[in-house]
Amino acid sequence: MNRIIKIVLLDILKNKIVLSYTFVLALLSWGSFGLEDNSAKGLLTILNVILFTVPLVSILFSTIYLYNSSEFIELLLSQPIRRKKIWISLFAGLSIAMVLAFLLGAGIPLVINAPDASGVMMLLSGCLISAVFVSLAFLSCILTRDKAKGIGVAIMFWMYFAILFDALVLFLLFQFAEYPIEEAMVGVTALSPIDLARIQILLHLDQSAMMGYTGAIFKDFFGTTIGLIISFFLLILWIAIPFFISVRKFNKKDL
Amino acid sequence: MITLQNINKKFGKLQVLQNVNLKFNAGECIALIGPNGCGKTTLIKSILGMVLPDSGDILFNKESILRKFEYRNNIGYMPQIGRYPDHMTIGQIIAMIKQIRNSKDILDEDLIKAFKLDKMDDKQMRTLSGGTTQKVSATLAFLFNPDVLILDEPTAGLDPLASEILKEKIIKEKEKGKLILITSHLLSELDDMITQIIFMQEGKVHFHRNINELLESTGEIKISKAISKILKQKSHEQDH
Repeated sequence: MNRIIKIVLLDILKNKIVLSYTFVLALLSWGSFGLEDNSAKGLLTILNVILFTVPLVSILFSTIYLYNSSEFIELLLSQPIRRKKIWISLFAGLSIAMVLAFLLGAGIPLVINAPDASGVMMLLSGCLISAVFVSLAFLSCILTRDKAKGIGVAIMFWMYFAILFDALVLFLLFQFAEYPIEEAMVGVTALSPIDLARIQILLHLDQSAMMGYTGAIFKDFFGTTIGLIISFFLLILWIAIPFFISVRKFNKKDL
Repeated sequence: MITLQNINKKFGKLQVLQNVNLKFNAGECIALIGPNGCGKTTLIKSILGMVLPDSGDILFNKESILRKFEYRNNIGYMPQIGRYPDHMTIGQIIAMIKQIRNSKDILDEDLIKAFKLDKMDDKQMRTLSGGTTQKVSATLAFLFNPDVLILDEPTAGLDPLASEILKEKIIKEKEKGKLILITSHLLSELDDMITQIIFMQEGKVHFHRNINELLESTGEIKISKAISKILKQKSHEQDH
């Protein structure tokens, strides 16, 4: 394994915040399965918890960690290492750490209590969502030199995707209720990684029946194999694009 | 060994480096002096690739260094203010840099012993005084026997004893035929080390001369006096 990734990963795993994050995820997951009488209901509860906390912790922790590593980055830059490699190693280290925390915290109860397609889907989306928000953290970090501003941008990203985006979609739905916008809604979903993950999991839980006509259209599109592949591809794009922009900016940054 | 060609750099509206052309050869010990904010550190950082010049080129052994990194194997850098991860210990920092460089050459651990850093291996970086941090920076710069040493204010913050150790080490390395680049404000400290001097002001190179030549032309024995004489002459010329 790359030496820098190893150093970063070991450093993060020693961090108490990551340990308590793992613990809280485990507590929430075991708790939800224990409280609900069937695993589908438990999954739904976990879904909402995961789609709320995982992005928040991933983006905030990564942003703060990156700002605190500015000394480390500076030290590495005076060594014979490619700039890109430093940035990619940091990303790899942080993503691996967040995914590991998710797998240990929420993954174990998921595999034990819901060892079916919906459980696996949840596991996969949780890992992808963690990486997406680590990638967004890198973007918000490179946008500004100021730590307070950078963390502010990170929180705005989270607010937008976790809360504001849904409000906007609802607003659109009500405004254009008279028009056949169901198909357009499928396209709009691609604009939010959290919604992509949520719809995938809901479809596997067969809750789409409760979502009316739009749900049926979603099932028609996302329920197929091609829809599944496209939505995972979109999630990977959500990881790649923000990170790619940040790499380009980091390459040109003066330190 | 290192050639700078028409380097320009702006930070926002501020022109930090303006048409800088310089040539550094192996075996020289060059002092880079000038008032605060004249672009010394920016110049050094552009050689290290930490600051990217807006225009111009920097050659290291006749090859452009822009967008490259391998050349840094031959450079040891001691920053003005060494900033290290707070929670790591001295031992961990040194081990980490060794691990990253993965060098198979014999390491130069003279300074670790001379500064007695091996006795405080498990001290965390955040608990260190400014001077001890400087000692760590100096050790790391010399550790891999680089051909070029870039020292930004090396003796600032060091106690007289430590700064004497460092000066002796610099002279020793110079005699091995290495290129040494020093920035400093303490002209009196430079007397017995340097062979060339570069004076910068407002991002421009004022002059780049040999020490002997400089002392002869001004008729002084001390560098500090020679420099102030030249500066007085210049301001005198500007007045008239």
